[in-house]
Amino acid sequence: MRVALKKHWQRALDARWLVPCLLVGGLVLTFAIAHFGLLNNYVQLVLIYVGINIILATSLNLVNGYMGEFSLAHAGFMAVGAYSSALLSMKVLPVAAHPALFHLAVLAGGLVTALLGLLVALPSFKVRGDYLAIVTLAFLMIVKSALENIDAIGGPRGISGIPRLTTLPWVFCWTVALLWLIRNFVYSCYGRGVLAIREDEIASDLMSVDTRRVKVLAFMLSAFCAGIAGALFAHLLQFISPRVFDVVKTTEILIMVYLGGIASIGGSILGAALYTLLLELLRPSTVAGLLSWLPAVVFDPLNDYFIRHLGVLRMIIMPLALVLVMLFWPRGILGLREFRGFIPRRDRRAHGAARLKGTDTHDAADSHSTRET
Amino acid sequence: MTLLTATKVRHCFGGLCALADFNLELHQGELMGIIGPNGAGKTTVFNLITGVYRATEGSIRYRGAELVGLTPHQITARRIARTFQNIRLFRDLSVLDNVRIAHYSQTRYSPLEALLHLGRYRREEQRIIDDSRGLLAIFKLEHLAGETARNLPYGSQRRLEIARALAIGPELLLLDEPAAGMNPAEIDQLMELICGIRRQFELTILLIEHQMKLVMGICERIKVLDFGETLAEGSPEVIQNDPWVMEAYLGGGAVG
Ligand SMILES: Nc1ncnc2c1ncn2[C@@H]1O[C@H](COP(=O)(O)OP(=O)(O)OP(=O)(O)O)[C@@H](O)[C@H]1O
Ligand SMILES: [Mg+2]
Repeated sequence: MRVALKKHWQRALDARWLVPCLLVGGLVLTFAIAHFGLLNNYVQLVLIYVGINIILATSLNLVNGYMGEFSLAHAGFMAVGAYSSALLSMKVLPVAAHPALFHLAVLAGGLVTALLGLLVALPSFKVRGDYLAIVTLAFLMIVKSALENIDAIGGPRGISGIPRLTTLPWVFCWTVALLWLIRNFVYSCYGRGVLAIREDEIASDLMSVDTRRVKVLAFMLSAFCAGIAGALFAHLLQFISPRVFDVVKTTEILIMVYLGGIASIGGSILGAALYTLLLELLRPSTVAGLLSWLPAVVFDPLNDYFIRHLGVLRMIIMPLALVLVMLFWPRGILGLREFRGFIPRRDRRAHGAARLKGTDTHDAADSHSTRET
Repeated sequence: MTLLTATKVRHCFGGLCALADFNLELHQGELMGIIGPNGAGKTTVFNLITGVYRATEGSIRYRGAELVGLTPHQITARRIARTFQNIRLFRDLSVLDNVRIAHYSQTRYSPLEALLHLGRYRREEQRIIDDSRGLLAIFKLEHLAGETARNLPYGSQRRLEIARALAIGPELLLLDEPAAGMNPAEIDQLMELICGIRRQFELTILLIEHQMKLVMGICERIKVLDFGETLAEGSPEVIQNDPWVMEAYLGGGAVG
């Protein structure tokens, strides 16, 4: 019975129409929500954050998950995308007259960030592991202090009055488009090269993979997506300042990646959605509302010492969560596994039926030392 | 025709010289063996040819072109493939992906075509898949294409490593102790396999091995290394009857 049910599910998940249906359905739904106000503004805002965070998590996953490096630069890339697109749409492009130009600003933000990614990648990938983390952290610091010290772009006060053009359906479209690009990259010789580098860099080089080129390409794509996420973010908040893009932002994205699962697009979607929703649930007002049924004797001290300080406590809870996830669950929920709908049909067919079994056996006992007789 | 020449190659790790004045001339189509006691410098020879280490002194030429100073992937793209003494598969990836990765240098599509899955991408990917599955079939691994490499039994992992090396499309294949850890029946199969792929892919093979049965059985020429120096070189008969070699290497019942 269970087997039959499982087969049924599998056939449904394998169907050619599944992903197109989800896409069209999502587009229609997000459009309807925004147009007819099916959900209140707060819920819509949370959903937009989910979309932006999915872009951020998936793109960071490319470097930290698929490639197995540890980059901390993501908030910096986000900042560059946010600032460059905001300046474009406020000072250069007549966005007020032609709102469609907003997408040009977003795209330009992504491209500028990708170029910067190239500049960072060239020296950075001469080092590995901890050193790469330090180099990218330094990059993050440089971006932040550069933004703080350029008065023309507001210095520490940042930029305000950015037109609010990021809407739910558009975020949906950008998220889908970028996930499609990342997925295409992953299922190409470059993506396989990235995975090989995580497994064994020297062996990849000896199997003809141009490791340096592959790393730089992956890093640029990752930066491009982070830049676009930053641009969408800027046109949602309408106000950006260097403080928004600090190491805490990077930490948030890291948690989404490692919670959802390394080297998995499905994992990053899950991680981003879970994290964003949890964060909303942990707001002081939400928690106070949820616990208001408690008797005042319990509730008042709880409120005074804990709930009201959740905003600050988050700064402790989040890094702690990251450490815990990385220590006890290094691969995350969907680590090294993928939602079947994302795998190109050609790849699924080529792997034959055994792939399903193979993906489930990661945690099976190590058999490399068992000898074949 | 000479395919690979190493002249006066010397390689030192700090004060320790793993190779001193190493010379080698490998002809096209040849199957040559390198033997020698542990630490003789055999694997170092492979690492120097494939660019993992850069020779301290001397020159290594392949088809007349200098290899010293090139990166490993540049050397591999010239159709020199190798396996490893300690299996170095991409353990968390599928068997098929292990083989597909080694097609990297022969893949003819740009990053842009890869991002959009357009143009040459589809044709090339299908070609790589067909080619990889064909190689897996030769090594009787096709039914395991979707299995994670780490889950394969030891003998299959060794075969997969050779399949992966062949995916590079090599003219020269370097095998580092392919029979390590195998029982006599497996060694017989391996010998057949090596001779088979040699014919089918018109390979030149350089092989490091401790198992005398394999070395004496299939090599046409053998080079004996000891402490980074060449002790002797010649046909299996010559080597087997060389008193020096018997003493330095085969003596003490080390015949495997
Ligand atoms: N990376 C390294 N750093 C320092 N010394 C090394 C390194 N690699 C090898 N050596 C030394 O160089 C010498 C030759 O090593 P090599 O691995 O070439 O031996 P081998 O002939 O392959 O031996 P085996 O039969 O055990 O595989 C050894 O003394 C070894 O300890
Ligand atoms: Mg060795």
